[in-house]
Amino acid sequence: MDAYLPYILCLVLFCIGIYAVISKRNIIKIIIGVIIAEYAVNLFLILVAYRAGGRSPIFSSTQEILPEAMVDPLPHALVLTSIVIGLATTAFLIALAVRLYGKYGTFDISRMRELRG
Amino acid sequence: MITENTIPLFVALPLAGAFLTVLLKRIKGIPDTFGVMASIGTFVMSVFTVLQLETGQKIICNIGNWGGFQEVLGKIVGIQLVVDGLTAFMLVVVNLIAFLVAVYSVNYMTRYTEKWQFYSLFLLMLAGMNGVLITGDMFNLFVFVEIASIASYALVAFGTGKRELEASFKYAVMGGIASLLILLGVIFLYSYTGTLNMADMTLILAGRDHPALLYFVFALFLTGFGLKAALVPFHAWLPDAHPSAPAPISAMLSGVLIKALGVYVIARVFYNLFGFPHEVSLILMTLGAISMGVGALVALRQWDLKRLLAYSSISQVGFIMLGLGIGTPLAVLGAIFHLFNHSMFKSLLFLDSGAIEYAAHTRDLKEMGGLAKKMPITNGSSIIGAMSLAGIPPFAGFWSKLIIIVAAVQASHMKLAAWAVLMSIVTIAYVLKAIRFAFLGELKEKFANISEVPVLMRVSLIILALVCLFGGLLLVPDLRNGFLGNAVEVLTRVSGV
Repeated sequence: MDAYLPYILCLVLFCIGIYAVISKRNIIKIIIGVIIAEYAVNLFLILVAYRAGGRSPIFSSTQEILPEAMVDPLPHALVLTSIVIGLATTAFLIALAVRLYGKYGTFDISRMRELRG
Repeated sequence: MITENTIPLFVALPLAGAFLTVLLKRIKGIPDTFGVMASIGTFVMSVFTVLQLETGQKIICNIGNWGGFQEVLGKIVGIQLVVDGLTAFMLVVVNLIAFLVAVYSVNYMTRYTEKWQFYSLFLLMLAGMNGVLITGDMFNLFVFVEIASIASYALVAFGTGKRELEASFKYAVMGGIASLLILLGVIFLYSYTGTLNMADMTLILAGRDHPALLYFVFALFLTGFGLKAALVPFHAWLPDAHPSAPAPISAMLSGVLIKALGVYVIARVFYNLFGFPHEVSLILMTLGAISMGVGALVALRQWDLKRLLAYSSISQVGFIMLGLGIGTPLAVLGAIFHLFNHSMFKSLLFLDSGAIEYAAHTRDLKEMGGLAKKMPITNGSSIIGAMSLAGIPPFAGFWSKLIIIVAAVQASHMKLAAWAVLMSIVTIAYVLKAIRFAFLGELKEKFANISEVPVLMRVSLIILALVCLFGGLLLVPDLRNGFLGNAVEVLTRVSGV
């Protein structure tokens, strides 16, 4: 059970994020929901790389280290890219929120009803 | 000519154009020049690629100097760019539309301020789409999907009015969630196969059974890319986002973005990577049929011209998905050909709606009328595009719909074939409604002194209209084998259907 706990917590975090996106009416809360879901995915990426008892993926000239004893370094590189992309999306969403507030004078999504049909 | 060293230019050229546009924005005429030059450059390259590529041939480019590692480890390290028949076909479609849209925007975008922002975002979106097409690496695919998507969120909000911002927010949140699901799917695949390279992944997956995990990945990818392709349960953003963007961008979004990020990736992933499992075939057929119906029926009651066209896009993507879902070589040919045709006529119609908006300053069909006399070229090209969309012979759209319906009958999906025929008739109805209210009837008094659009806009309209008119010639055997045939071959060979 203990081995699965991080994955379950990760799933719970993701669901919290999606719940916030679906059910909240405040734009800022929706954006926070997106961010939470995004970090759950990033966390999952790191969990995939984890190996019990693994060490940092650096080879040494003085001692023999097998690649099997290391954690997987590739997801660590991927998660950096993923975080940067997340930053871009978040920055864009927040810029939109500022402009929307300027137009409507509210953050309430249910009062923005220009688009119908 | 096109060798492995020139492939990265498909991404590098628009990317360089985007950044140079920002740097040199103060010099007059620079944004237009760079926008047109970069897109014509990639278009010419894509044409050469198609001419050069033989059936079944692949051009592979290893990015970065990872060659030495590859020999030692015995597996692919680093990102590979792969150009095969399907990629070459999609590159031509995307870059042709991008080039024509760039030419059209030179005149059209004078309505807005800050043209340089438009062109740099436009080129970024083009770079992202070309990247999605040529990459052979799952994570790289995700990155390029995001580049294209984020640029398109910003372009939808370009007008910065109430509607544009609201549509863009909706699009950005739904697109963001879709991207997360795609990333999650990529991670699951990586942890299962231990590689990100698509060719490697195909080999590893083919050698194993399908555990429950893979079905979860199917669901994630279908939802994620289905959201990007606007299949019906996931389509809510499209009818808001596409009409809110400036007309050239609507043409790009409806014409190529939903196909490059949605349909192309679904075809690539489910045919080549997973070997086209039976369950996915059923799901694609069902979603395709539902999309066809919902899009067409809702389009009937729209009065906003661009919104009508956006709903029609949903319906036509349904046709493409139906073809892909049936999965016989004939059906795939129909789907690929319909993808080509839909790119052409839907871009043409959105550019026409932009021309009307440019001249008459309205998108509401009830306010238009009698524009045929004042705008003969817009009128003529709209009618050609609309007839192609409606599937009237001999226009290109007729042949692709015919192939899909014949393929459905051959695969003994009689109900789907009948449904497709019925929805084609509904398509004719809403197309006639748009033409009738926009161009025929009495000329309204307030439109007494409007004139035809500027010359560069006309050039784009005429070229696209000619493609719609003569597109059916692509089915002539010699042309078909080199262009459509290569693309179909890529999809059907690996899946073994």
